[in-house]
Amino acid sequence: MDREKRNHLIRLFVAIAAVYGLVLVLELTMRPTHMLFTVLKKGAIYSLVAVSMNLLNGFTGLFSLGQAGFMLVGAYTYAIFTMPVEVKASERVYKYYDCIVGFDTGVFVGLLAAGLAAALFAFLIGLPVLRLKSDYLAIATLGFAEIIRAVFQWDVLGPLTNGANLLREFKDLSRITFPFTDIPVPQTFFVFVVCGICILLIVLLINSSFGRAFKAIRDDETAAEAMGINLFMHKELSFVISSFFAGVSGALLAMFQYTVQAQQFRSMLTYEILLIVVIGGIGSISGSCIASFLYIALSEWWLRGLDMGTFLGIHAEHIFRSGFRRLAFSVIIMLIVLFFSRGIMGDKELSWARTSARLRRIFRKKEAV
Amino acid sequence: MADFFHQNLSYFLSGISVGGQYALIAIGYTMVYGILRLINFAHGDVFMCAGLMMVYLSASLPFAVSIPLVIVLTILLGFLIERVAYRPLRSAPRMSVMISAIGVSYLLQNAALYFTGGLAKVYPEIGFLARSVDIWGSTTRMVTIVTPFVTIALVFLLTFLIKHTKIGMAMRAVSRDFETSQLMGIKINRVISITFIIGSLLAAVASLLYFTNYASVTPTSGSMPGLKAFVAAVFGGIGSIPGAVIGAFIIGICENIIKGGASIFGIPGSGWTTFSDAFTFAFLIVVLVVKPTGLFGEKSVDKV
Amino acid sequence: MKKVLELDSVTMQFGGVVAVNDLSMHVDEGEIVALIGPNGAGKTTAFNCITGVYEPTNGMICYKGEAIIQNHPSGKMARQYAGLEPDKFASQKVLNPTPDRITKLGIARTFQNIRLFRSMTVFDNVLTAMHLRMKAGIFSDVFRISWKEEQAMRQETEELLRRQDLWQFRDELATSLPYGKQRRLEIARALATKPDLLLLDEPAAGMNPQETQELADFIREIKDEYDLTVLMIEHHMDLVMRISDRIYVLDFGSLIAEGTPEEVQSNQRVIDAYLGVAEDV
Repeated sequence: MDREKRNHLIRLFVAIAAVYGLVLVLELTMRPTHMLFTVLKKGAIYSLVAVSMNLLNGFTGLFSLGQAGFMLVGAYTYAIFTMPVEVKASERVYKYYDCIVGFDTGVFVGLLAAGLAAALFAFLIGLPVLRLKSDYLAIATLGFAEIIRAVFQWDVLGPLTNGANLLREFKDLSRITFPFTDIPVPQTFFVFVVCGICILLIVLLINSSFGRAFKAIRDDETAAEAMGINLFMHKELSFVISSFFAGVSGALLAMFQYTVQAQQFRSMLTYEILLIVVIGGIGSISGSCIASFLYIALSEWWLRGLDMGTFLGIHAEHIFRSGFRRLAFSVIIMLIVLFFSRGIMGDKELSWARTSARLRRIFRKKEAV
Repeated sequence: MADFFHQNLSYFLSGISVGGQYALIAIGYTMVYGILRLINFAHGDVFMCAGLMMVYLSASLPFAVSIPLVIVLTILLGFLIERVAYRPLRSAPRMSVMISAIGVSYLLQNAALYFTGGLAKVYPEIGFLARSVDIWGSTTRMVTIVTPFVTIALVFLLTFLIKHTKIGMAMRAVSRDFETSQLMGIKINRVISITFIIGSLLAAVASLLYFTNYASVTPTSGSMPGLKAFVAAVFGGIGSIPGAVIGAFIIGICENIIKGGASIFGIPGSGWTTFSDAFTFAFLIVVLVVKPTGLFGEKSVDKV
Repeated sequence: MKKVLELDSVTMQFGGVVAVNDLSMHVDEGEIVALIGPNGAGKTTAFNCITGVYEPTNGMICYKGEAIIQNHPSGKMARQYAGLEPDKFASQKVLNPTPDRITKLGIARTFQNIRLFRSMTVFDNVLTAMHLRMKAGIFSDVFRISWKEEQAMRQETEELLRRQDLWQFRDELATSLPYGKQRRLEIARALATKPDLLLLDEPAAGMNPQETQELADFIREIKDEYDLTVLMIEHHMDLVMRISDRIYVLDFGSLIAEGTPEEVQSNQRVIDAYLGVAEDV
């Protein structure tokens, strides 16, 4: 490997380590209920879904709208797996049904099971659906997500999924401890570690030979097939892997929210994630991450005033009432879609060289002034 | 058989009526897809907006004014959406246009959320349509009876328009071959605008009928009927108007039977309610896998 | 001499249109064979049948003596059939592999309208074409357990690009190359799949005489260097006449002539097909 590349990797590693260190320090020093941590946690979780969606839409060229469904599978699997047996037996959660799951597992088994369950669903759904082209694929995956939601709310499966009711008291973020001890794991740090590992795996995949095959399919299906790439097999692989990580992120979302209900995994959630991917740039991993944090920070924190009556010191209760934030937000998104369709990053990745070059240019401009 | 029919008569009736309403929405989808190859995700929300406009307008205006006004405003909305959100992306990849459509849908829903404050709005009772009638022992509203006739009348009118007028011919030409018809001097933008106008007009009529039946409007009450109508359009063969109408009636009837009626596979009626929406999609997937071109669609061959 | 490729009564119908009609031909080992004919004669359709893009309506295609594609009108593609012998292959089972399987057998192709992977660099375009020979599974690929294999692939790509004079463009986007280089890259990419039979679809399209001349030498060179058999579609007659051992002429989907360049050049039916028949007054 040439030196330039090695230096680049080292710098990248240092930068990532610095981010993780910062998160840990912040978490140990600041008030844990601060808004910042909500943003960081949810932002990291959304980053993971957005990246997993980008793997499909941006890198394999499969326009799929099923992400919410796979998140739902992950969230439910995790909740059912990690809910302690005594909670399952009591009437605190399963009020109208007798829970038939007679075991509980730890967090890591739960997360893994969440991913695998979503991957299994994706495998089965992919068999008929991945033969379809562009917009038919989109609508079929959207449909499957709705079917999954209906199935999980079904009365007959109540003993497993608690029907349309909430699931709670599983191992959420506040109940994670270091293995063999009672010391709690810093929550934000935990979310960052899990999401970081998952995103790293996706990045490794994208830069592997299989990743190149995915990109070839995105660029030109006919040519890819003529180069000996089995279209169906590779599409299925990409779909299953993407859904695996969507499942994991669904589990993390469940941990973050303390409760799970099928109702919240509507197609609106998929649209939101799709729009995040678009804002970040279709085909850019770092773009998806940046856009996720921005999106969550804006909607949960910085634009809150739009809903509460006062924004930027302007007090106008009639205009800044509940819902205005989301309205303003969707206008911004439309503007991005129409005028900056390449998003924040285009299909490029965040890199040291490019950022420093840009900074230098800005500085030079200032000096000239 | 007759017994089954009699028992579930009310579900059949509401199925036919809902089917007719879906059909009116589905035509908007199928026409736009036929011409632009775009799933207009915002169409269901245009339909919802028509419902909301009616709620607000009828509060201060008599029906004789508010109903035409709602129709005109809905047409304007559909026209504007095409102008602002789709036309600038005419030469962009298909995926961007679809994303734009999803963005518009998101915008309309959030706007509705803001203006309604997230509350379900009570739909006004349009005197004649809301009256109840008795048929063969089951009570239903007048709208149930009226819908299929309105639908069929409008479909005939539309078919006439497409078959026998100049603009209809232009529409058929554009849906057959976008580029060539442009070269032949057809004013593409005009044709597309008119397509959106017709689609929105039918959506407005559908909203009058649909919400009279359901009595309330929420910001998300457009998305499900929208998707179902789209499925109906796919089932009928996208681009085909009679196909969309037949598909819509089938979906409407099946859905209502699942919702209320018969026990299926030994699980009694109400056990399947959660699937009344999911059924549509299962149906869609079966159609796409078995016959992706739908009932009346034409097969296209990819050129290599 | 061994037959590398053999077509037996291949017919391709699209509804009522017969694009390829009862085409029988063969390509021997080490030959350069040209498939020519006026526009719309069905040459590219024949290519698409050989490479598995289309399912032929009827007929059999053999590669190195073994049937790789086999179909009959009452087979998978049940439809009305206008050809002569609908039952010829009816007793045999339908073979209808996807294009990637054909490529894995050792048949590589280029496209009439260049189809490079447009978001990739020149280097990655060629590297991607080596994916089909990868032995490692996705797991060892993602975790870089198979890094040696990856390195070997990169090594091979470098060699291939250097030999094709494309090495200096390795980091450029494939679509930013000049037209002639793009054609050459497409051939390099096809070679990366290690084929025994190379199908070239109008390799000289859009080239000037100078470039066409170079291309002729290039095709001969790679043929010798990689032990290839070449079947090509071409419109540039001087190129065809210069390098091909044998020529097949298609018109309206049917074979109208075959033979050496000299034979074909003097064939009256070929001249008529290209120039049109003088009408008797």
